[in-house]
Amino acid sequence: MKREGEIRISSGCAISGIFCRDGSRITAEAIKKSIAVMHNRSNGLGGGFAGYGIYPQYRDFYALHIFYDSQSSREETERFLDRRFDIINLSKIPVRQTSKISDAPLIWRYFITPLPHLLQDSQLDENEYTSRAMIAINNSIEGAYAVSCGKDMGVFKAVGYPEDVADFYRLEEYEGYSWTAHGRYPTNTPGWWAGSHPFSLLDLTVVHNGEISSYDANRRSVEMYGYSCNLLTDTEVITYILDYLTRKQGLTLREASEVIAAPFWSTIAAKDEDERSRLAYLRKMFSSFLVTGPFSILVGFDGGMMALNDRLKLRSLVAAEKGRTVYFSSEEAAIRAIEENPDKVWAPRGGEAVIVTLDGEKR
Amino acid sequence: MRVFDIRKDSLETIRKYENRNEEIEIKGCLGERYIGCAMRNGILHVKGTPGNGLASYLDGGTIYVDGNAQDATADTMNAGLVAVRGSAGDALAYGMRSGRVYVLGDAGYRAGVHMKAYEENRSILVIGGRSGSFLGEYLAGGIIIVLGLGHEGENITGYFCGNGMYAGTIYLRTETTPLNLSDKLIKRSVGDEEKANVLRPILSDFASVFSVSEEECLSGSFMAIEADKAKSYSQLYAAV
Amino acid sequence: MNCRFRIRTYDNCLSCFRCARECSFGAIEVSESKALAFHHERCVDCQRCVSLCPVGAIYITEAENRFRPNSVFAQNDIQEILIQAETGGALLSSMGASGRNVPIYFDKMLLNASQVTNPSIDPLREPMETAVFLGQRPDGIKRDRDGRIVDNLPPHLELKTPIMFSAMSYGAISLNVHKALAAAAEEIGTYWNTGEGGLHESLYRYKKNTIVQVASGRFGVHETYLNSAAAIEIKIGQGAKPGIGGHLTGKKIIGDISKTRMVPEGLDAISPAPHHDIYSIEDLAQLVMSLKEATGYRKPVIVKVAAVHNIAPIASGIARSGADIISIDGYRGGTGAAPKRIRDNVGIPIELAIAAVDQRLREERIRDRVSVIVSGGIRNSSDAVKAIALGADAVSIGTAALCALGCHICASCHTGKCAWGLATQDPELTKRLDPEKGAEKLVNLVSAWTREIKEIMGGMGINSIEALRGNRRALRGVDLNAKELEILGIEYAGE
Repeated sequence: MKREGEIRISSGCAISGIFCRDGSRITAEAIKKSIAVMHNRSNGLGGGFAGYGIYPQYRDFYALHIFYDSQSSREETERFLDRRFDIINLSKIPVRQTSKISDAPLIWRYFITPLPHLLQDSQLDENEYTSRAMIAINNSIEGAYAVSCGKDMGVFKAVGYPEDVADFYRLEEYEGYSWTAHGRYPTNTPGWWAGSHPFSLLDLTVVHNGEISSYDANRRSVEMYGYSCNLLTDTEVITYILDYLTRKQGLTLREASEVIAAPFWSTIAAKDEDERSRLAYLRKMFSSFLVTGPFSILVGFDGGMMALNDRLKLRSLVAAEKGRTVYFSSEEAAIRAIEENPDKVWAPRGGEAVIVTLDGEKR
Repeated sequence: MRVFDIRKDSLETIRKYENRNEEIEIKGCLGERYIGCAMRNGILHVKGTPGNGLASYLDGGTIYVDGNAQDATADTMNAGLVAVRGSAGDALAYGMRSGRVYVLGDAGYRAGVHMKAYEENRSILVIGGRSGSFLGEYLAGGIIIVLGLGHEGENITGYFCGNGMYAGTIYLRTETTPLNLSDKLIKRSVGDEEKANVLRPILSDFASVFSVSEEECLSGSFMAIEADKAKSYSQLYAAV
Repeated sequence: MNCRFRIRTYDNCLSCFRCARECSFGAIEVSESKALAFHHERCVDCQRCVSLCPVGAIYITEAENRFRPNSVFAQNDIQEILIQAETGGALLSSMGASGRNVPIYFDKMLLNASQVTNPSIDPLREPMETAVFLGQRPDGIKRDRDGRIVDNLPPHLELKTPIMFSAMSYGAISLNVHKALAAAAEEIGTYWNTGEGGLHESLYRYKKNTIVQVASGRFGVHETYLNSAAAIEIKIGQGAKPGIGGHLTGKKIIGDISKTRMVPEGLDAISPAPHHDIYSIEDLAQLVMSLKEATGYRKPVIVKVAAVHNIAPIASGIARSGADIISIDGYRGGTGAAPKRIRDNVGIPIELAIAAVDQRLREERIRDRVSVIVSGGIRNSSDAVKAIALGADAVSIGTAALCALGCHICASCHTGKCAWGLATQDPELTKRLDPEKGAEKLVNLVSAWTREIKEIMGGMGINSIEALRGNRRALRGVDLNAKELEILGIEYAGE
């Protein structure tokens, strides 16, 4: 059986997200409860969570979560890191033994910061320096896979149902202002933990439901810009596209959403002139990054969250608000499970991003 | 009335009481799928948020939903009444052949896709609020009415309303032409006679089900959207 | 006497002699005794007589006589030797290559469709976008002081469908063909291409849909010509005869052709093999920029080359020359006249060229900087879809467009006797094409293909053409070896 990356595996899924705009930090109990409601949208072959604001004591350092197949790949990776970064702290990520999760890799966490003189010599900013190092680990160190590498955030994922994954990682012990979750329904056995979602690069995480039809056009285009799609999953390519458009091209997230879920030309034609030329420009300029086929995604980032559907809205997505807290999910029930009486429940339109940020921040 | 708490009594247990012409309340719903699936008679009162596939293949009887319904409600429904006081998710009443689906709030994307009519069967879908895009796509028969209550003067159907429909009628309580209306469709305004004969009986029923004002539902002008029979799709093909 | 075809009739022949009037090759004549007389050896199998016979009484077959079979020397090998022994001439031919063992890779690639994991789309009823923009893209966005994005895109071509018409010059084809192409391009929302023979004044009004060509002969190239177009194409070479110039004999340089090409009547019009102002890639950049200068940087510049062995690095060089669009014409591309040995033996199939160029431009991270038009043997909409999935932005059709106007590919363009009135300047023949009816045929053809492209895309769950471009997972190979799969960048069926 080929593993993720050697073969493209399509999958259906459930997604859920909670965002506290007032910055209050909540444990992962709520997000676990929410995603568990949609148990039958997954098939036990992948689940995962991303939490933001979970490492306040290390908020200035890159938090690195890594899967290892063996001690030797760990040693090699640590040598690699040691040459490039100051390792502030390292430890195994605490897990709980559960019969429902098996074949766990070695799971380690590092808090690191680039070695100042090397960073300066590289003429890169620290994000680019760090992201290149992560991509290098994933590409070149056999048996090592960097799961997430942002600041004050982390990804926890495994092969299993999401609620079991939460138990395994003892997520009730973490508190964050933003959580996303994913339950996966792949069409064949991936058997590899790295293939689960969320997928992440720096502070960006993506959970995704659907299978896009533009995959190879998007993959081959984003790979032009130094990315390497090793997992052959939609989530991975969408993450890289968003990173490219926002971090490297300087688009806002909303503009990036107007690229990947661009309005139809006939819709653009009906807009007023300024909007028409702006949207047409984005479509022409970044035509390689139009994503077609069904998707609903939740994008977590430092200080915010974006929910986005494909332009035809081929996957369901529900949003709700209660006070300063915002909820997103594939199904309304998954929101009601944790917030029985929201102030507002709505279904965002296809291609129209909902972006929420911490109070007082602009993005 | 028999009352069940779906968190305590399994759906399997509850289903045993369907089709006995009984009135049943199911409370505490939270995403449970297939409630009322293929039910033939009886009345279900659904409390909470029922899951996907509610009332699919419904073959008679009545299902009242207090709150919102999720995706694929009334899928391939054949007879009966589904009344949702809140809103419905995507793909509402897909392929419905007969019966009535009333939603007081909004409907998601692709409501009433490929609804049908056949002999004396005629499907009726009424949406009190707004619908998402692709309303009544491939419509093959029956009637869809979108009232846009509380959204007067706004767009009430999203994009690509009625794309590819080839029979049936979509009535919209608005004067605003839907966005990207296909050139294969005909739009016309609805006269008093049609309003009285076609719309009033349906909206009177709709209003009584939800105890809302019939006159408000009928107020203002309606437009009808139908397929342009002169523009068939068969002419697009050439035999080899 | 040796002949390839035989003209035959059924009993229901009315002896109306329509066939004799239609035959421009002198193969059918009316004898003094008012009977049909056949000169089989002159027949080129252009099917004009067959198509116009009112009762379907005439047909053409291969001649029954055949040379003694030989496993090495085929009949036409021997025939060609005989001709050359007789004449001492290099063999002249037209239309596209007929290499016996060169695979048509389009036929060895199969397309994908959606099942369960994502939905297919009904293209007749749901939105399906085929609009293509061709041109350069800058490396990054710009914002004004208020943070609004500034439109910094250089001029683009905007196609409603990814199908355009290939360059065919006035001289090689008739003015009526140009008229039909221009009117059709306008109606469809695409572009036609003048070829290297200039642009007849009466067609200036199709400016918005015209691409004018600048070839090594520079015929009819002047400021008004350059500015009577939406884009300018520098022709370096064409698939049928890479590395070879052109030669329109003085016989054809008459009347409006002379005027349009700005060549005196009766004088040969020679297109040199290379542009003598381009001996290296940096010279190409100079020509690109001078054309932009002459047109106020308002028009994209296309560079057209034949698909040859080093096409990938050549394309990369062109992409860096300031050109906005690269046009690549493959081995099977047609022509009005070419040395047969060149036509059949030089260049590489367009499928391999697309794959190699697209991959190279991506490796060099400049694929988004230029657009790529491909041509050379695009026979139908599925060829077009496969070309785009391999990495092309749009395809260009020449031979297929001529077929829509009547051509049956008898490959006799170089004789100037085209019975369909296309590749000829004989006024008696050119009037056989009504430009308006011709335009209608072309519009029908491209509309039908566009519809089919939408159906294929819909099946794959793709609703916009840009999501098909370079989407090689939409393709699987059959009957291909590992190297071919590697170059095409696709997997084998079943993988």
